[in-house]
Amino acid sequence: MSTLKSIPHELVAEGERVMRICNACRYCEGFCAVFPAMERRLTFKEDDLNYLANLCHNCTECYYACQYAPPQEFELNFPKTLAEIRMATYQKYAWPGPLAGLFKNNGLATAVISALSLVIILAIMLTSATSKSLLSAYSDAEGAFYAVMSHHTMVLTFGTAAALLFVALAAGYARFWKDTSGKAEGSVSFTALAQAVGDVLRLRYLDGAEGGCAYPEEFQSNARRRFHHLTFYGFILCFAATAVGTVFHYLLGWEGPPPIPGVGKLNLVRSLPVILGSVGGIGLLIGPAGLLWLKSKRNTLLADQKQNGMDAGFLILLILTSLTGFLLTAFRETGAVSTLVVAHLGMVMGIFLTMPYGKFVHGIYRFGALVKNAVEQRTMPTLGSE
Amino acid sequence: MDLSRVYDVLIVGGGNAALCAAITARRNGCSVLVLEGAPKEFRGGNSRHTRNLRCMHDGPADVLTDAYTEREYWEDLLKVTGGQTNEKLARMAIRDSAHCRKWMVQHGVRFQPSLGGTLHLSRTNAFFLGGGKALVNAYYRSAELLGVDIEYNSEVRELKIQDGKFTSAVFVRKGFTHEIRAKALIAAAGGFQSNVAWLKQAWGDAADNFIIRGTPYDKGTVLKMLMEQGVKTIGDPTQCHAVAIDARAPKFDGGIITRVDCVSLGIVVNRYAKRFYDEGEDFWPKRYAIWGRLVAGQPDQIGYSIIDSKSMGTFMPPVFPPIEAESLPELAKKLGLDAEQLVQTVTEYNDAVRPGTFDHTVLDNCATEGITPQKSHWARRLDKPPFYAYPLRPGITFTYLGVSVDEQARIYMQDDKPAKNMFAAGELMAGSILGKGYLAGFGMTIGTVFGRIAGKEASLYVNA
Ligand SMILES: Cc1cc2nc3c(=O)[nH]c(=O)nc-3n(C[C@H](O)[C@H](O)[C@H](O)COP(=O)(O)OP(=O)(O)OC[C@H]3O[C@@H](n4cnc5c(N)ncnc54)[C@H](O)[C@@H]3O)c2cc1C
Ligand code: SF4
Ligand code: SF4
Repeated sequence: MSTLKSIPHELVAEGERVMRICNACRYCEGFCAVFPAMERRLTFKEDDLNYLANLCHNCTECYYACQYAPPQEFELNFPKTLAEIRMATYQKYAWPGPLAGLFKNNGLATAVISALSLVIILAIMLTSATSKSLLSAYSDAEGAFYAVMSHHTMVLTFGTAAALLFVALAAGYARFWKDTSGKAEGSVSFTALAQAVGDVLRLRYLDGAEGGCAYPEEFQSNARRRFHHLTFYGFILCFAATAVGTVFHYLLGWEGPPPIPGVGKLNLVRSLPVILGSVGGIGLLIGPAGLLWLKSKRNTLLADQKQNGMDAGFLILLILTSLTGFLLTAFRETGAVSTLVVAHLGMVMGIFLTMPYGKFVHGIYRFGALVKNAVEQRTMPTLGSE
Repeated sequence: MDLSRVYDVLIVGGGNAALCAAITARRNGCSVLVLEGAPKEFRGGNSRHTRNLRCMHDGPADVLTDAYTEREYWEDLLKVTGGQTNEKLARMAIRDSAHCRKWMVQHGVRFQPSLGGTLHLSRTNAFFLGGGKALVNAYYRSAELLGVDIEYNSEVRELKIQDGKFTSAVFVRKGFTHEIRAKALIAAAGGFQSNVAWLKQAWGDAADNFIIRGTPYDKGTVLKMLMEQGVKTIGDPTQCHAVAIDARAPKFDGGIITRVDCVSLGIVVNRYAKRFYDEGEDFWPKRYAIWGRLVAGQPDQIGYSIIDSKSMGTFMPPVFPPIEAESLPELAKKLGLDAEQLVQTVTEYNDAVRPGTFDHTVLDNCATEGITPQKSHWARRLDKPPFYAYPLRPGITFTYLGVSVDEQARIYMQDDKPAKNMFAAGELMAGSILGKGYLAGFGMTIGTVFGRIAGKEASLYVNA
């Protein structure tokens, strides 16, 4: 048993109640991984609930299908109950613990931290200032944005932030894994891990049984899966753009801003960071915007309204990051460069700082839950029979 | 809804049979009105509680394994009904069950392989993804898209019929009474199992202790009106399908989750702490349907299924937690039973258990010897605390009494002539095929097959 503070008692009680109902019914077994995982258990303690809640992606199929949904006397709202538990687990596993408070009013927290990030970037820019004026324009040959903040400073700043971020996320993951290891048998095999990674990359369960999920409204749609893919792969491509840029800089010695591909000066290899970033950036504009749009249309009965700020905060931050990234690329040789550097890097810093304390963590714990699920599928039988 | 218009087809009821009929009639070009007595949230009658339908197939077919031939299906039906069936109608249902899945999928129903713990049905029954409510939702959506008019909260209170010809129906909605005319009527309003007063006519006050597993809206009003208008009925008016379910279940609408699947693993005692029937007579899926009646026959219509820790976890987990105790006297106290008697009953039973090899998947050789009633299979001593108990009451699934129909789903009048423009489908006419007993999944098969027949025949009549 872990020493972490348990999630609220009422949530455990309600979670246990709904699991008992569903486990006696099982009609929704084909929708997702949650029900088969539930059927491998007969009792539901907090650790079981924390795991099952993170296996659910709130597609709401099981609400519309449920003969016990309100106003029926059992008032079963499975997706909402799991959403509430999920939120509580984010707080439980947050590291360092005191920062879990950031989940309470997460939309506001995200906004404030992002604003602060702008200040941080501005401060770094001013203190590390090169002798160059921050109000002038610099050509690519003169370094463009590197003229107002050196590559070295950027690497140092974001390297530090990324290290902190990584430690916080890894600690959260470790807490989740340890806390929910109660009934799991066996260690993580390669095939189990590969399956979980495959599930993530394909967003397997966002497919519903087939043809999509009951999101945002009752009837099957693949909209959420597509927008999520755009967001996810957009994010990965932007990350790849940075990584490739760093490799070019340090390993190949290709310093300076990667050239913008254009007529007459096409250099696909050297422009790779720009290309990757642009494709990813488009994903990060459309994906999060689409997800926000779907959220505005979803059935409010099924959502834990307290999470709206958290969800929207992260999505808006992604959009702003992408937007400022495009602006910076386009206007990097103009006098606006300093402003745009502060804006873009401020948003990126905002993302880095809020990642362990916002919506992003859903991916971390969902991945953990999928790994656990893959292990269980190989080691734990379905229990109970007629 | 325009009350002055004359609909081609009026459908009374809003469950599986009604919707299959509505969609079919509408596809055949009729204007269709569905009057569902329940509010929208509770639409779909008992169909919203179902999980599968029984399908004939000659080889593995999508979610179904192996083969289930017409012959085997028919023989199963013959066995459970003891011959109280109409072979012509039954074979129609069986044959069409091989094809109707395609139609169902076309109208939004999705299927899944048999659920965890129901392997014994993987060959014969196709499970609905999400269960019956998902099926009902899909059908309502299809019906709406096709232009079927649907009114909820609209209980039909009167049917106007002259010389075997239906003219109009009177229904109540939001406190106001309306009359609506139609050229043909399809009655698909289920059985009368939620009408406790009616159940009492056959069962007396014992019926007060019955729990109705499904919708509270199947009160049999339509059946009663048809009977009063001289329609011919079929099926035993006193009988109902009753299973033993958890006594803590709500009075209505508790559905599948209130089942208790451990009877064959332990013993069952009545309120005098005495056993009263062979708990291990046959496989539970073949026996669960007699236990409702058995418990109904006991004083106060209550029983207690008792197991010890050896059996925990080997049966479908019931929704309500068991009553648990470290000793039999303590368990008796918690259940309000005579402790001495319970200890005596269990001791007698334990002493009668003969050694054998326990195997719940076969009719094993663990039996008792020298006590009555004996336990013929899966008899193991109750000696490993904690002990667990689940209180049982009769849970009524449906009633057998129905209206008599022919192969065109036409309702028959008492003079053995078919009514001109009245058809029936689903539970309301199932007594024609299932006079007694039950085959899991056959209710939905009958509703799907005869709902579509009724829809087709009604439209043929209207378009003639
Ligand atoms: C818990 C449970 C589980 C079951 N599981 C299965 C299963 O897995 N497979 C299977 O084949 N069968 C199952 N059955 C049996 C099955 O439910 C029935 O055979 C089937 O649903 C009958 O369908 P129906 O359309 O005839 O009636 P219903 O679905 O009961 O529909 C009757 C409709 O008529 C309406 N109505 C009643 N009176 C009026 C009125 N006066 N005016 C207007 N509307 C009215 C009701 O509101 C309801 O909508 C189950 C039953 C229960 C209770
Ligand atoms: S959500 Fe409802 S229908 Fe689905 S498994 Fe749970 S109780 Fe059954
Ligand atoms: S909301 Fe979707 S993912 Fe979550 S338990 Fe229900 S069906 Fe599964």
